[in-house]
Amino acid sequence: MKRRTLLATAAMAMGLATAGIAEDKTKVGFVYVGPVGDGGWTYEHNNGRLAVEEKFGDKVETVFVESVPEGPDAERVMTQMALEGADLIFTTSFGYMDQTINVAKKFPNVKFEHATGYKTAPNVSVYSARFYEGRAVQGTIAGRMTKSNVIGYIASFPIPEVIRGINSAYIHAKKVNPDVQFKIVWAYTWFDPAKEADAAKALIEQGADVILQHTDSTAPQAAAQAAGNVITFGQASDMSEYAPMPRVSSIIDNWAPYYIERTQAVMDGTWETVNTWNGIGKGMVGIGEISDAVPAEVKAEALALKDALGSGEYHAFTGPLNKQDGTPWLAEGEVADDGTLAGMNFYVEGIEGTIPN
Amino acid sequence: MDLSSINPILLLASLIVAATPLLLAAIGELVVEKAGVLNLGVEGMMITGAICGFAIAVNTGSPVVGLIAAAGGGAVLSLLFALLTQFAMANQVASGLSLTLFGLGLSALIGQDYQGVKPPAFPKGDIPVLSDIPVLGPILFSQDFVVYLAFFLTLGVWVMLKYSRAGLILRAVGENHDAAHALGYKVVRIRVLAILFGGACAGLGGAYISLIRVPQWTEGMTAGIGWIALALVVFASWKPWRVLLGACLFGGVSVLQLNLQAAGVAIPVEYLAMSPYLITIIVLVIMSADRSRAPASLGKGFHAGS
Repeated sequence: MKRRTLLATAAMAMGLATAGIAEDKTKVGFVYVGPVGDGGWTYEHNNGRLAVEEKFGDKVETVFVESVPEGPDAERVMTQMALEGADLIFTTSFGYMDQTINVAKKFPNVKFEHATGYKTAPNVSVYSARFYEGRAVQGTIAGRMTKSNVIGYIASFPIPEVIRGINSAYIHAKKVNPDVQFKIVWAYTWFDPAKEADAAKALIEQGADVILQHTDSTAPQAAAQAAGNVITFGQASDMSEYAPMPRVSSIIDNWAPYYIERTQAVMDGTWETVNTWNGIGKGMVGIGEISDAVPAEVKAEALALKDALGSGEYHAFTGPLNKQDGTPWLAEGEVADDGTLAGMNFYVEGIEGTIPN
Repeated sequence: MDLSSINPILLLASLIVAATPLLLAAIGELVVEKAGVLNLGVEGMMITGAICGFAIAVNTGSPVVGLIAAAGGGAVLSLLFALLTQFAMANQVASGLSLTLFGLGLSALIGQDYQGVKPPAFPKGDIPVLSDIPVLGPILFSQDFVVYLAFFLTLGVWVMLKYSRAGLILRAVGENHDAAHALGYKVVRIRVLAILFGGACAGLGGAYISLIRVPQWTEGMTAGIGWIALALVVFASWKPWRVLLGACLFGGVSVLQLNLQAAGVAIPVEYLAMSPYLITIIVLVIMSADRSRAPASLGKGFHAGS
């Protein structure tokens, strides 16, 4: 009898103890669109999560759910995280936008951070990176390197983020090589290695010798490697296992500083709704090492552009620029405002094809 | 629009590559379903085969050994399903679904050390003389041998089901397991063998993606092909040649639509993107107007004592 009471007390004490610890810890949740091992987009978000754990150690607890489809399922996952006591939830794909807003309404005390979206609320911030700055550097290298003057572009979904990337790459490829032509394939997926490989092959068969991708897996890199004289760029992550050929450079997402900053803000109670959009200058967008397959003068040109973008002396969308149908968009020397960029739904002049709705 | 930039020979050759994993998985599932078992774990067995084949191919340096390992891996996983449904009398739908979830998790676990690793190159199987035929040669006769294996497997399954005694028994078990049992056939044993065959085929299909089609390992890389294989079996009315047709249609239209997009054809991309599914379903539904139906005992558990 006594022993049983003792055990019960001990159990209760332990329960209280764990509850006490749990309250001290800041719980941070992450919702991922792909598997953490995709080697690209989700992989880098997960690196950001690991950086948060490393920085705060025992003071923080992180949880994540990977491969969450963009749709009602995401709402369920977020709700579950909020119910389990998450203080801060990062939803890391554009397609979680409405779900994030919906769940945030139900949990006013939980802070939400939605990546690459544009809808905010008192407890929902949005954050994104100016990937188009990296695309400008890629476009420059692509325009200089292509021999067939055909550049293949594997696009994912027709959202402003992706369209900005296409436009930025095209503008800068065209600037250094007026004969350049873009062939764009919409894969309608962020992650499907077999489909991405097929898309890369289709583009290569139609004469592309540079493949740019806005999908998350390394499959197009493998397809380019098999084809031989085709160059690619790492997307979201460095993908350096395919360097020096076919991968000649990359755009690297670096979310760690932002995730650490926002977690700190929740701990300090200073969290506020913000709309963060950082680029090369703040280090959110990194340019992976340009490999030796790129001639030195092209490399120097690309790095000079990177520095100009980073310091802010040059904007990737600087006039004169026309829209695809020929109507003027930006006058000589005028730069695009963030509002237009955030909602970009048109191609610039020179790109063939139409954007799917 | 510039259709001339599409090379029809390369297009047809890549059609076959896109169709092969689907065909392998679907033909295996067809045999399973003909035996009266509904195994929804195709996706899980494919992805397990994909990583088993990849890991073994990398470690031994031989893609052929890798393929054998992939078939083995898929079969071992399907054995779990066989144990659950044939001996423990578990529900087939639930067991199959959990097999898919289990396979996805298991493959991610095994695959942790294989991210970014390059597999040994798979030899192209140029058939002498035949591969020199213009047009047909590069399309049909200079593929890797797995393509031929998949074709002959389809042929073999068709002959077996239609003309052999073993096929007759298998169909009897699938149509009416009580009658087959009364005639003295070992229903459970036959079903277990069919499940193992289905697992091995799915494993091969998965390894075809990770070793030949892509080739690399990425978590979740089968991305739903197993589910399409399952649907294909139903739409093909459990007939091997229709499965072949469906796989070629699906693979073909998938590749074609990407080529059309790249060529800048003025069809809205949304329609192109949904076209593989639509066209495959429409063609197979029209063909199944002859009222062929599912095996009568499909999905029903069997116990000799009941």
